[in-house]
Amino acid sequence: MAKLTIIEAVNLALKQEMKKDKTVLVLGEDIGIDGGVFRATEGLLKKFGEERVIDTPLSESGIIGTSIGLALGGFKPVAEIQFDGFLYPALDQLISHAARFRTRSRGTLSCPLVVRAPYSGGIRALEHHSESMEALFRHIPGLKVVIPSTPYDTKGLLLSAIRDPDPVIFLEPKRIYRAIREDVPEKEYTLPLGKANIVHDGSDITVVSYGSSMHETKKAVAELASDFSIELLDLRTISPLDDETVVASVKKTGRCAIVHEGPRSCGVAAELISRINEKALLSLEAPIVRVTGFDTIMPLYKLEWNYLPTVERIKKGILQALSF
Amino acid sequence: MPEKIIQNFEVRYAEILDKEGRIDKALMPKISLSTIKKMYEAMILGRLFDARMFRLQRQGRLGTFAPSKGHEAIQVGAAFALKKEDWVVPYFREHVITHLRGVPIENILQYYAGDERGHSYKKGWNVLPVCIPVSTQLLHAVGLAWAFKKQRKKAVVLAFLGDGATSAGDFHEALNFSSVFNVPVVFICENNQYAISVPVQKQTASTTLSQKAIAYAIPSVKLDGNDLFAVYKEVKKAIEGARKGLGPSFLECFTYRLSDHTTSDDASKYRSKKEVTFWESRDPIIRVRTYLEHHKVWNKNKEGILYKACEKKIDTAVKKAEHVSPPNAEDIFKYTFKALTQELQEEMEDLKKNG
Repeated sequence: MAKLTIIEAVNLALKQEMKKDKTVLVLGEDIGIDGGVFRATEGLLKKFGEERVIDTPLSESGIIGTSIGLALGGFKPVAEIQFDGFLYPALDQLISHAARFRTRSRGTLSCPLVVRAPYSGGIRALEHHSESMEALFRHIPGLKVVIPSTPYDTKGLLLSAIRDPDPVIFLEPKRIYRAIREDVPEKEYTLPLGKANIVHDGSDITVVSYGSSMHETKKAVAELASDFSIELLDLRTISPLDDETVVASVKKTGRCAIVHEGPRSCGVAAELISRINEKALLSLEAPIVRVTGFDTIMPLYKLEWNYLPTVERIKKGILQALSF
Repeated sequence: MPEKIIQNFEVRYAEILDKEGRIDKALMPKISLSTIKKMYEAMILGRLFDARMFRLQRQGRLGTFAPSKGHEAIQVGAAFALKKEDWVVPYFREHVITHLRGVPIENILQYYAGDERGHSYKKGWNVLPVCIPVSTQLLHAVGLAWAFKKQRKKAVVLAFLGDGATSAGDFHEALNFSSVFNVPVVFICENNQYAISVPVQKQTASTTLSQKAIAYAIPSVKLDGNDLFAVYKEVKKAIEGARKGLGPSFLECFTYRLSDHTTSDDASKYRSKKEVTFWESRDPIIRVRTYLEHHKVWNKNKEGILYKACEKKIDTAVKKAEHVSPPNAEDIFKYTFKALTQELQEEMEDLKKNG
């Protein structure tokens, strides 16, 4: 079995699905001969040709808007938006159309498209290249939002996203694109959208994260593992949000800490806490702790690790919930 | 080294049928008198249907909508230039062509009566639902046309927009994509000279809207949008070109909105009576009627019969639209995704229990 990174898993999933399904197209900026700025589409142009691997004009609304038309016309476009901060020009097309065609037409039309974009900070990048605005997309009814954290999950979730009959925003944790290498089966497999992963069992506290922050969260949990039994959950998708798994875990442990690098207010943690309160309030033995980014602009790289949840900050958050 | 001119651009203007109902024979496209009669009938049905919608809205039986009065030559001329396999991507003032594509009047009424089921179009009608955010629909049209090209289909997409849309970003992105990928799309700009209250002279400093297409290497023409024959001829030419693989075209159909922007608007606030009267005398319907009368195939009697038939057809549609079963509240949830998610299931149960 090949040991792959997240970016290689993206590439493998695209290659395999394009081979299997002739209606799958990839389009975006610099994704052809250049293979994408992160090389996610490396080699695809050579393998599938210009009809299916399309370098577009520099025009995000154009990419998503025409992807909607392509999807209405029978294709499954997988659009790459080069960086998280460049998704915003396409927001109108996502909110006003991709997410609504099924509802608007009462099920006679649909937009099965995938928008892939790298997200998250910590790569010493320029402004607009380190955004974690996943909650924005979660707030749009009609969009699914998938955020993998491992190479294995990336392949299985991306295949599910491409095969999903509805529009999916697939946010790739760019900070750890190449940080992890693990076994990724060559054979086809999918992971369900809307199902969290229990990374490992525990009984003292439930720790929840997803995407890039899983990396630091795993480290924090490992450092506390000798003293506490920690149940670690990876949400994998934030829309749909699998509160069932989270609530079941919290009912067992009675404590919870949630980690993400997106802004705190109205973030994924806030929503999860609401749901835990609705469904498991009486099981709680301590207030739920959020370890998140702040309600500020993502700073440039001199300060980015003050903004991002570090292993230290996550550990403190977990201990705070444990020691209440 | 002397400077030289490396590109020259021209804007063509097309008209065939003048306001007195006379044509330029040399320019007249081949259309039989019986087809022209059918086109005229479609224009009248469109006008009467629109007027009925207006009354229904005033009676509280319909919600807000954007009347099409004055746009009949554009929408009917374009509809008659299409083949069955072609598609129409409207903005929000296209009920005339939407109906001509096969969408029953009752569907349109149902939609504007606040019921999405009116938008549940059958396969083969080949028209997308109404699109309200200005100019965004043009990218869908380009994507759809691109899909047809990739599938080696011969279908062409007709994309409608207003004059205001030419100021919006997606207009430019759509035109650019369409010519870069050479897709079979025809942009029909219904320049009715107003985007709600803002006149086209304030919308752009360009003297024509057609010239905006030139920047994208898209063949374009400005034409009299109240001239049924010019619209038909130019749309047909553009569609045939697109079908042959020649790529996109842009048609600026110069017209006038004879009604308010929507039923919530009062155009008398920003347009003079004199101006409206001037344009009423250039009504696209009058000149076709005069043309048919000149050819002795139309008279008052036929006009009376046609009006009655149209009103009857509209009556039936109103009845049908007003007698559909009320929509189910569960529909709010049911079409968000193909399959209901657990979280939506819970929200739906919440509504059922507490709603």
